[in-house]
Amino acid sequence: MMSTPALAISPIFGRLTLESFPLHEPILLVTFIGVMLGGIALLGALTYFKLWGYLWKEWFTSVDHKKIGIMYCILGLVMLLRGFADALMMRAQQAMAFGANDGFLPAHHYDQIFTAHGVIMIFFVAMPFVTGLMNFVVPLQIGARDVSFPFLNNFSFWMTVAGAVLVMMSLFVGEFARTGWLAYPPLSGIGYSPDVGVDYYIWALQVAGVGTTLSGVNLIATIVKMRAPSMSYMKMPVFVWTSLCTNILIVASFPVLTVVLALLSLDRYAGMNFFTNDLGGNPMMYVNLIWIWGHPEVYILVLPAFGIFSEVVSTFSGKRLFGYTSMVYATAVITILSYLVWLHHFFTMGSGASVNSFFGITTMVISIPTGAKIFNWLFTMYRGRIRFELPMMWTIAFMITFVIGGMTGVLLAVPPADFVLHNSLFLIAHFHNVIIGGVLFGLFAGINYWFPKAFGFKLDVFWGKVSFWFWVVGFYFAFMPLYVLGLMGVTRRLRHFDDPSYQIWFMIAAFGAVLIAIGIGAMLVQFVMTFVKREQLRDVTGDPWNGRTLEWSTSSPPPSYNFAFTPVIHEGDSYADMKRRGYVRPTSGFRAIHMPKNTGTGVILAALSTVMAVGLIWYMWWLAVLGFVALLGVAIHHTFNYHRDFHIPVEEVIATEDARTHLLAAGA
Amino acid sequence: MSSANLIPDADTAVPSFYLTDEPDHAEGGSTMLGFWIYLMSDCLIFAILFATYGVLGANYAAGPSPKDLFELPLVALNTAMLLFSSITYGFAMLSAQEGDKRATLIWLALTGLFGLSFLGIELHEFHSLIHEGATPQRSGFLSAFFTLVGTHGLHVTFGLVWLVTLMVQVGKYGLIAANTRRLMCLSLFWHFLDVIWIGVFTFVYLLGMLR
Repeated sequence: MMSTPALAISPIFGRLTLESFPLHEPILLVTFIGVMLGGIALLGALTYFKLWGYLWKEWFTSVDHKKIGIMYCILGLVMLLRGFADALMMRAQQAMAFGANDGFLPAHHYDQIFTAHGVIMIFFVAMPFVTGLMNFVVPLQIGARDVSFPFLNNFSFWMTVAGAVLVMMSLFVGEFARTGWLAYPPLSGIGYSPDVGVDYYIWALQVAGVGTTLSGVNLIATIVKMRAPSMSYMKMPVFVWTSLCTNILIVASFPVLTVVLALLSLDRYAGMNFFTNDLGGNPMMYVNLIWIWGHPEVYILVLPAFGIFSEVVSTFSGKRLFGYTSMVYATAVITILSYLVWLHHFFTMGSGASVNSFFGITTMVISIPTGAKIFNWLFTMYRGRIRFELPMMWTIAFMITFVIGGMTGVLLAVPPADFVLHNSLFLIAHFHNVIIGGVLFGLFAGINYWFPKAFGFKLDVFWGKVSFWFWVVGFYFAFMPLYVLGLMGVTRRLRHFDDPSYQIWFMIAAFGAVLIAIGIGAMLVQFVMTFVKREQLRDVTGDPWNGRTLEWSTSSPPPSYNFAFTPVIHEGDSYADMKRRGYVRPTSGFRAIHMPKNTGTGVILAALSTVMAVGLIWYMWWLAVLGFVALLGVAIHHTFNYHRDFHIPVEEVIATEDARTHLLAAGA
Repeated sequence: MSSANLIPDADTAVPSFYLTDEPDHAEGGSTMLGFWIYLMSDCLIFAILFATYGVLGANYAAGPSPKDLFELPLVALNTAMLLFSSITYGFAMLSAQEGDKRATLIWLALTGLFGLSFLGIELHEFHSLIHEGATPQRSGFLSAFFTLVGTHGLHVTFGLVWLVTLMVQVGKYGLIAANTRRLMCLSLFWHFLDVIWIGVFTFVYLLGMLR
């Protein structure tokens, strides 16, 4: 058994001492001061402009799926900046740390950076963006007024925030894990990682995981139960289909992550022997379990992106999607196959030729439905009247980039090749190729596509194009060299190199990272310029792209109730069908609308979860118990609230709809 | 209410594209489906714990094995407690359907007592195991055993907290729609734990004795 580290544990502060604050690390100290000053400025501005009440009432406690979706995206954007800062530091370190030069990051710090980069980019950038877009778009596309469980939705969001807060906290109080983003034992066991880093990792993911799982349950129920009358499954927009499959994957995989992290914490906290080297533990059990979650996870991220591309390609080609049915089946097949490939992440485990062949073949088989999708998009564009707006540009960049990433993936799926390339920079290049080229480009296409729906004005095109070109070119500069380096035999997560022939490639990669930094900067400028020029960019029709699905039939931004009357649909591309057949927007006969009430319980529960997690991380047992008891108390108290809904008075509906009638008339 | 069957052959006629007269959405219309999906995710938690037990269950690390530890008569009694609690919960639901608040509460209380005795016996078992030196830290087998059985026990504990809360709510507000819906959810949860326990009983205890 591992011996308990001889640390003094105070009954009040647990493991927390003055040493826990990284006052001796200049990079962290400067960052900390910067964040503090920025934070104080932000809080001061909010107070000065008296925005607290507005934010609390209209946003934080809101159960409106649109506002929650927007908040998820803001969280994703903020965390993208943090995750990308980590990436820049790694690229800089690897470009300079050759021979006598040790670079600027000590090993202790560098290891935390690559761990934090992976964790943040997957859990707190990609996931919030994906969940946010699904939240915003799905109810609108199915003609619903909200999700099935609006309070749960708000709670899920705040749990995700709580996880992000814990990761950010680890930057300044204590440290983050130094284990890589999946924290394999025995390295992540108490013997080799006695500090708080892995505990931050565990509890950040557990708290955020609760939110993710519940939001998965919520969106499945929403899609199954809340669709507009006569919207059969095969008439749903493809984005709704991919969202359905993604949420099924979430519900069917996140519990696995929950268990595996719980078992790891039992090893760490209670001295059990699940993943230890001795007394009957089995570290490879962890690796298997975490990839049984981890592989579906990558499809959780990329399926919604596929849905976005389908919507975008069809809209901007002015055509119905080619092969809708095959698209749906391809999505379903990917959903199922994503559970049958997990072992390809560790062919080198040594499970034998037959097992490796099975997983190698299932992995290659996945490329068939994915390839079918690519062809469907190409055939949709064929003979279409393509408009090269920003969402379409991202889609084309995706199609080219993702195909390259897919092909290197098939290469890695061949077990003998994988034995050479396992854990090399070739692998790093491959998954950045599919995650950036697939997920991130998809999210950018989606943001550019649905932004006018969310805010009522389009995003600025010039800065959008600047961002697009820097991102795409930067991506190729940053990751193509890694393929080369991987083939040269460089493994991942290295901080220092002796062979000078690598250096030029790392410098090219670092140059690419700088281009991407400019791309991100241009994206921020794009948001600012959009806000400045919002009157020029305004769209009063609610349908700026000549869209084909229901979300474009209501105003931008949509009223809190989404649709004054529940839509009835007759065909797949329902709004295109409505426009073609002379749909006239109803201007009278409105009724009061039944809606859920806002509540602050979600914020409180998530805050208490954070308190409990901090107690557990720092061994402040009293705080953990206090947080847990309070959590239970507030949850039970919430169940005694039976009045969770209200009616929007008919006068308010009439006023809102009349204002839109007026705007439409003025715009026409 | 307009109907979707109104689509005419010619494109010229405009079918109805919205409901003019809308039935109020039944409150909690998705609750049973949502809760069922949640239960399936919970089921997966147990599936992984069973799988872990399957892999680690024979790793005794020169420590005690199931044959040295398990007392089947005690486990049989425990199983009976949980099964009885499921039956009494069933009676509570029948009474709730008849709108008999008093009978519902009595049956719920009985369910709670059976659940409590199940937990008591389980804790007694854990206590004597630990007393014999068969602690969760002793071997991979015991880690997996305590975690699988303990997670089930933790679920029963939460079920009991929920049961008491719900009894207070039924007592206070009666068998209103919201409360019967909650009773239905807890019913699913309670029977689900029963099913899991059958798995534990068979897979861990009975098969363990055969090993």
